[in-house]
Amino acid sequence: MDRDSQSRVVARLRSAFRSGVTVPEQFRLTQLSNLLALVRENEQLILDAVHKDLAKPKFEAVLSEIDIVANELYHAIDNLSSWMQTNYVTKNLATKVDDAFVRWEPLGVVLIIGAWNYPLQVILIPLVGAIAAGNCAIVKPSEISTATESLLADLIPKYLSQDCYAVVRGGPEETKALLENRFDHIFYTGSQQVARKILQAASVHLTPVTLELGGKCPCLIYGRVNIATTARRLAWAKFFNTGQSCVAPDYVLCSPETRDALLPALRKVLEDFYSKEPQKSPDLGRIVSDGHWTRLVELLGKTRGKVVLGGENHQEDKYIAPTVVVDVEESDVLMEQEIFGPILPFLTITSLEEGIDFINRREKALALYVFSEESSVVTTVMENTSSGGFCSNDGIIHMCLPTLPFGGVGASGFGCYHGHWSFETFSHRRGCLLRGWALERINGLRYPPYREDSLSWLRWTVSGKKTSCTLM
Amino acid sequence: MSSPPSPSPNRWFKALRRTRLGEPCLKTYPLECVELLKRARAAFQAGRTAKEGFRLAQLEAVVRMLVEHECDFVDALGRDLHKPRFETVVSELILVKNEALHAINNLKKWMQPQHVERNLSTTLDECLVVNEPLGVVLIMGTWCSPVQLCLVPLVGAIAAGNCAMINPPEYTSHTAELLHRLIPSYLDNECFHVIVTGTNDLAQIVGLKFEHVFFIGNREEAGRVAQAAALTLTPVTLVLGGKNPCYVDQQCDITTTAQRIAWARFHNAGQSAVAPDYILCHVDVKERLVQALKCCLMQFYGSDPRESRSFGRMVNLETFNRTRDLLWRSGKVAVGGQVIEAEKYIAPTILTEVVESDPIMQHEVFGPVLPILTVKNVDEAVAFINKQEKPLCVYAYSSNSKVISRLMSETSSGSFCSNDSILQSLMVVLPFGGVGASGMGSYHGRYSFDTFSHRKSCLLRGTRFECVTYLRYPPYEDRNLSLMTWASTLSQKSQGWCQIL
Repeated sequence: MDRDSQSRVVARLRSAFRSGVTVPEQFRLTQLSNLLALVRENEQLILDAVHKDLAKPKFEAVLSEIDIVANELYHAIDNLSSWMQTNYVTKNLATKVDDAFVRWEPLGVVLIIGAWNYPLQVILIPLVGAIAAGNCAIVKPSEISTATESLLADLIPKYLSQDCYAVVRGGPEETKALLENRFDHIFYTGSQQVARKILQAASVHLTPVTLELGGKCPCLIYGRVNIATTARRLAWAKFFNTGQSCVAPDYVLCSPETRDALLPALRKVLEDFYSKEPQKSPDLGRIVSDGHWTRLVELLGKTRGKVVLGGENHQEDKYIAPTVVVDVEESDVLMEQEIFGPILPFLTITSLEEGIDFINRREKALALYVFSEESSVVTTVMENTSSGGFCSNDGIIHMCLPTLPFGGVGASGFGCYHGHWSFETFSHRRGCLLRGWALERINGLRYPPYREDSLSWLRWTVSGKKTSCTLM
Repeated sequence: MSSPPSPSPNRWFKALRRTRLGEPCLKTYPLECVELLKRARAAFQAGRTAKEGFRLAQLEAVVRMLVEHECDFVDALGRDLHKPRFETVVSELILVKNEALHAINNLKKWMQPQHVERNLSTTLDECLVVNEPLGVVLIMGTWCSPVQLCLVPLVGAIAAGNCAMINPPEYTSHTAELLHRLIPSYLDNECFHVIVTGTNDLAQIVGLKFEHVFFIGNREEAGRVAQAAALTLTPVTLVLGGKNPCYVDQQCDITTTAQRIAWARFHNAGQSAVAPDYILCHVDVKERLVQALKCCLMQFYGSDPRESRSFGRMVNLETFNRTRDLLWRSGKVAVGGQVIEAEKYIAPTILTEVVESDPIMQHEVFGPVLPILTVKNVDEAVAFINKQEKPLCVYAYSSNSKVISRLMSETSSGSFCSNDSILQSLMVVLPFGGVGASGMGSYHGRYSFDTFSHRKSCLLRGTRFECVTYLRYPPYEDRNLSLMTWASTLSQKSQGWCQIL
């Protein structure tokens, strides 16, 4: 779509928003129900598209693209009424006879930019929030997951109001042009590099932005550990979607003894999961593109660690076996950037403090994992490190609960969403005070000409008892 | 010939910059800022600010500082803005004290993790949201209320467990100098620093990399802050100005309306981001409103406001000139209009016969000038307001609750107040901030705490109950999938959410 067409789309959505059509609860509910129908009625098409883009196994696609979105929709539909309620606040002495409350208001026209690893989920879940909050929205799916991009461009206009919601397609150039338009909020899932460009474009219009970035999510395994369960859950979290998840455990920190106990368990688990020939397993996905495949294979070539499990790869198929690399040092090439693939490096530590220091030396990631039977270990790590989210004795699933905010901190982004948090992200919280004409005598204390006695009066009301109060 | 050893660069430059008037001209240079930032970061990483006891002690110290140095603050603001003592105490000091006391009383509660509702598969797990401090934050206040606008965010930053660099505005140099002198005597010297820089250094300071930048000021500077923050992926809160419309309906208590509007507009000599910027007056009551305002001004400031000790001055010549120009080139002076450059004095002024294209309607009025436009009805008022950028506040004066309701629901702004002005921005329990062109993010009370915190989701599982989790592992079987999808439709309200992963 060229620049002019894009501007026309934005203008159309803006005038739809101005008309107030997206504000009433009924409209929002209808659109949310329509979106639910889109997901439910086109399951096969969706599965085919994500399979084309990522060779995503049907099971994974149903869970991570269809069910999770459907669940968000049910949650939003069930709770929209209560989300939209005004929140009354406690009043002080001066405002006892007034009404003080917080209203949730839509922002206007928002832009949602998606990523290729969960192409449907990272577009549709924010869209649920945008619709629920009463906005119009432009959605720009990732151009790398082309089949899903086409599908969304086809289906969204069929199910949602075309005046209020639109899909814009294109690569970096088109996105740059799109960002020249003014939006009331931009929601971006992707990489740090692109995030900077988006923030710069947004700063021209002073548009607020939510950034969902990634990072190297550390996985600390320490103390008394249930080896079998840990191996299974770790492998599941790492190799789901072929490791291409922003919340996948990126690398493991553990003691040499733990590592030695885990490796055979991991070998067994990988065989259970994908059989002895993972390339033939229908349950293992593929790397999204040649570029990413090459990047990962080069990492395997350059690492100074030792490949103990997997390592096989096939270019034409964009296949990389679930791979475990040990004896990895902090300076290794595998520790430079987010791996985003089915390669799991193991680094060794000799104490919990060493592990925590290691983590704290690095940028804050989107997620942090600890596997341990000892709750003191879990608590220590949780309280002494920072990350977007935290999960003990499992991976990824903390982002599946809609009541938990999902977002980053520091280098992994800012803002959050899911459930009610999405609604908040796409809303403006407006403080409102409705006064009457009464109590003008008390009010009068604040007027000029200023007198010492009025000042004493006002001051008296805030002194003593360490309680705050304003009589202004 | 040997030259005497030169003093350290800082002292050298400070000496050079003492102006002819002998007034101190304090400035912290970027290199020094880097040093201070390093110290603050080290203190944060050592966990100094984490404990509740520490945070409480710092908050109490803020309160003490305001109480013990009330005279100094009154003096500094008097010199910077000719701010009457009453206004300083009420709108600067008491306000910050309130926020600090509110934080002290609620800190324990705010620091508690929140447990969230769980689904079927996480019933046995602990699911909570933990509030974490961000790190070192930067707070940049603006000159119209320099104490309040620096210290209220600081209260939030302290409560949330952060270290902070405070950058008071350079225009109000006495206040900046006072804060620079006092804060080290009350707050932890490693965690909190006051830096005084010019607006030219804005981008450079932001570029030093903070975990959050809190900026109050004008749009142009905000753009530069946002640009610099973009490069370091730093989240920002921007509280900007805007032209706050004030609708006066034909059904209202004119006397009280005039009093409340006049107070809001002319305190601090009109230099307030939350004052009503212009009036949209119903044509039927315009004359009465102007008359009532005239009476009010007489009541407040006497026949010659220049003599009144309750009326302030413009902060500097630049603001004075700008406001004077707007005044001279717009509408007709109905009340006031006198200006005295030597004193940076502009009389409380009401302008009538103002039209939309007048210069005063193109810029935020940051001075004691109140333009009045007339409208025929509420529809016209709403349409006019919606044509402009979203302001910080929308005000409406009417006895008719339907009119109030319309003004509130058909416009958008940072905040809204009916039948009064400014108060909604002083309440500790209401979020205060802008939207659209008037900014992003909010603060005050709990909202300050949230602004300077990271809400970390935590899911704490055990390893004992693998029986349900097994459904999700490969090799994938459609049978398991159906089970999981079926279980998804089991919960709340027959269509609820549930994941058995």
